[in-house]
Amino acid sequence: MSKFSDFGNALYSGERSINFVGRRKIFYIIAGIMIALSAVLPSALHGGFKLGIEFRGGAEFRISGVASQSQRLAIDAVHTVVPKVEPLVTAVGTDSIRVQTDKLGDLESEAVRQALAKAYKVEASAVASSFVGANWGADITAKAINGLVVFIAFAAILMALYFRTLKMSLAAIIALLHDLVITAGIYGILGFEVTPAAVIGFLTILGYSLYDTVVVFDKIRENTFEVEFSEKTTFAKQVNLAINQTLVRSINTSIVAVLPVAAILFIGATLLGAGTLRDISLALFIGILVGTYSTIFIAAPLYSHMREGEAKYVKAAAKVAAS
Amino acid sequence: MSVSGVTKSARKRLIWLGALILSIAGLVGAGVATGSGATLTPKLALDLEGGTSIILSPLVAEGQKITAQQLEQAVGIIRQRVDSTGVSEAQITTSGSNNIVVSIPGTPDDNTLKLIRSSAKLEFRPVILASSGASASVGGSGSSATPSAKPSVQAKPTDASDANWVTPAVQAQFDALDCTKQFRTPGQIDDPTLPLVTCDSNGYSKYVLGPVEISGEDIKNATNGTTTTSTGASTNTWAVNLSFNDAGAKKFSAVTSRLYPLTDPRNRFAVTLDGYVITAPTTNAVITNGDAQITGNFDQVSSKSLADSLKYGSLPISFQVQSQENISATLGSEQLASGLLAGIIGLLLVVIYSFFQYRGLALVTVGSLVIAAVLTYVVIVFLSWRNGFRLSLSGVAGLIVAIGITADSFIVYFERVRDELRDGRPLNAAVEAGWKRALRTILVSDGVSLLAAVTLFVLTVGSVKGFAFTLGLTTLIDVAVVMLFTHPMLQLLAQTRFFSSGHPWSGFDSQSLGAGYRGRLEFKSSERISATKKAKSSKEAAKRQTLAERKAAADNEGSN
Repeated sequence: MSKFSDFGNALYSGERSINFVGRRKIFYIIAGIMIALSAVLPSALHGGFKLGIEFRGGAEFRISGVASQSQRLAIDAVHTVVPKVEPLVTAVGTDSIRVQTDKLGDLESEAVRQALAKAYKVEASAVASSFVGANWGADITAKAINGLVVFIAFAAILMALYFRTLKMSLAAIIALLHDLVITAGIYGILGFEVTPAAVIGFLTILGYSLYDTVVVFDKIRENTFEVEFSEKTTFAKQVNLAINQTLVRSINTSIVAVLPVAAILFIGATLLGAGTLRDISLALFIGILVGTYSTIFIAAPLYSHMREGEAKYVKAAAKVAAS
Repeated sequence: MSVSGVTKSARKRLIWLGALILSIAGLVGAGVATGSGATLTPKLALDLEGGTSIILSPLVAEGQKITAQQLEQAVGIIRQRVDSTGVSEAQITTSGSNNIVVSIPGTPDDNTLKLIRSSAKLEFRPVILASSGASASVGGSGSSATPSAKPSVQAKPTDASDANWVTPAVQAQFDALDCTKQFRTPGQIDDPTLPLVTCDSNGYSKYVLGPVEISGEDIKNATNGTTTTSTGASTNTWAVNLSFNDAGAKKFSAVTSRLYPLTDPRNRFAVTLDGYVITAPTTNAVITNGDAQITGNFDQVSSKSLADSLKYGSLPISFQVQSQENISATLGSEQLASGLLAGIIGLLLVVIYSFFQYRGLALVTVGSLVIAAVLTYVVIVFLSWRNGFRLSLSGVAGLIVAIGITADSFIVYFERVRDELRDGRPLNAAVEAGWKRALRTILVSDGVSLLAAVTLFVLTVGSVKGFAFTLGLTTLIDVAVVMLFTHPMLQLLAQTRFFSSGHPWSGFDSQSLGAGYRGRLEFKSSERISATKKAKSSKEAAKRQTLAERKAAADNEGSN
């Protein structure tokens, strides 16, 4: 590990420096490709995002007079008919089971009814089927989107006030959108159903991504303070130095943040298969990695890009180059 | 600050933190001991614990149908009302084409049921006639002759208080009304342009009321509280305070100025809720500011419940509870168990990683995480008791991500201290200087997180609101732990020989942090420090200068 701390020392002193700002074109192109793939692949591979029953509503089966209220029996029975559907199973009262699935065709619905009756050893007539509406209705989505837009606007204002420049807000929010699109894209490419748990995961990522960007931007703010009066270094160099100086922190933080999530994703989800835990931990796992990546490779270089063209920095950079 | 001063202030902060944790835990403990509903473990949400599923069916007249739009609107309003009782992440959905299913954790009490199903249609109507609640035809109620407006000529009424509204048919209905019996069909909808014959909700008085003057749609906000006397002292009477929007305020001002000069009972206006009079006060003044207070037969719980119903508007139709059943958790207990197991394994990995990265300092990291966990636990237990907070699986996931954000505060801090050590400061000074810079970063990044949490909490509903609550809570705890635990601990540790001598296992090993290395670069660290101290401008400028120097030095080295 002493090697890692040597690495930290070298990054801090500037003796060793990774040129993030200078290679920004490559990162922009990578981001462009990733965003394009995220936009295209989910629909090309799986016909778009598959929304869960919580968003679209679906079929509901009610089995009454059962001897066993095991949830497993119902899940297996549904899988024999429609293997790809993940049912929501609830025990109701003391002798009933409620099974909710995606919308099913008439034939499928009848087959599920028969399978459930067989699994719980009751007459087919004891299984009633009906429709159930979305419990994550359009009203929740509308309010959530409204909340997000207001939050992003507030966050932009707060950052602009604190950092005294709108360009940091802009760079941070572009990186945020980059993270959201790519996280959603990878989720869609894997073909998992979008559940409320996944949406909560995305929201958590939004918070994390912005948090991570603000930490690095605070170091950039410090390093670029009055840099236009420097005769030795330029704005772009100072931004790059800030990314390098916070690199050890970025790596440590993302590892610490991602370890518990990875444990849930790989241990919890392999033990349990599909479900809330897998959906939320997958969204978080992708999001934390993408969020850390985008701060270093997108937000900071983009910020430098936006500002180094300002007259005072161009003038200062020319002086440095001449000396 | 002298060394002992630092120690003193560090100890003071640690004591504050201990007192904070103990006092919350003490409150919960007292709550458990007195049996007022507190528990030692957090209450769990629907997905983890199950709860009650209530099927509501609409009360509509024969042959009438409820539209899909009305149903959606009702779902939205009920959701807001349920959310107003606490962060319980209830689920509300439609079932078939008529019914609404409300699933809430635990067992609902009567007030919650009322809040969910009552239409809460609030109307202000002027009083035209009033008498005690028994039917006049039953007679012998002790009240004097049935009052009647009896206008000599039945003319068209000119305003809502006009006695001409009392037609012989209305008078007959009024005379026959017996408040002790059921006289309204559930879900009955009254024509707002016609007079209403009804009783108060206790059945003590009956009224003929004029047409609706102001309805619940004009209410901007509703809160509950106790009334105050003219001297400002608080009384024990619970009331619902209403504030009207501009249109409502204008109407209210017009009504009060019309009623004020009239004589009893026509100087009274009645507030009806779902057709029953809850209060019918006398107009004492012309009210122009759009604020009104309703007193009636309220206690704290029922006044809060009414205020919440009014705030989110009335349901387009009334509902009745068709069935109420216990439901199990949708996620088996296996999900929570393996989630927790995985979380613990993840935490162990974090501990191992920080020992590699920060050596002895990892004790502070682990200690801080433990303190954060304890603080989070007692706060959640406290909030499940006082605010109806329920922990869902998404909430658990949010708490696990919070490990990362909390740990980041220490990482930012430690890295800053290391940066200061690299600049050649002794550990004591490095801790103080590093803290100053780190605190700024921690506060602004947590500030953005808190902003996200508050915005989403205020503007959203359902599980998004639950998420926002968890985010805000963990962010505040992060700030508390880093200020009241991590920093004081580091201040105290910086005074021990183990850390201040830069022991190889302390995590602040000057050797590995580049002191020898700097020697090779022919840096004179003492000079650099004095340069920093001499810089009279700002600290930032000094920092920039040393960075620039260092960069230049590095460039020289590179070109050699």
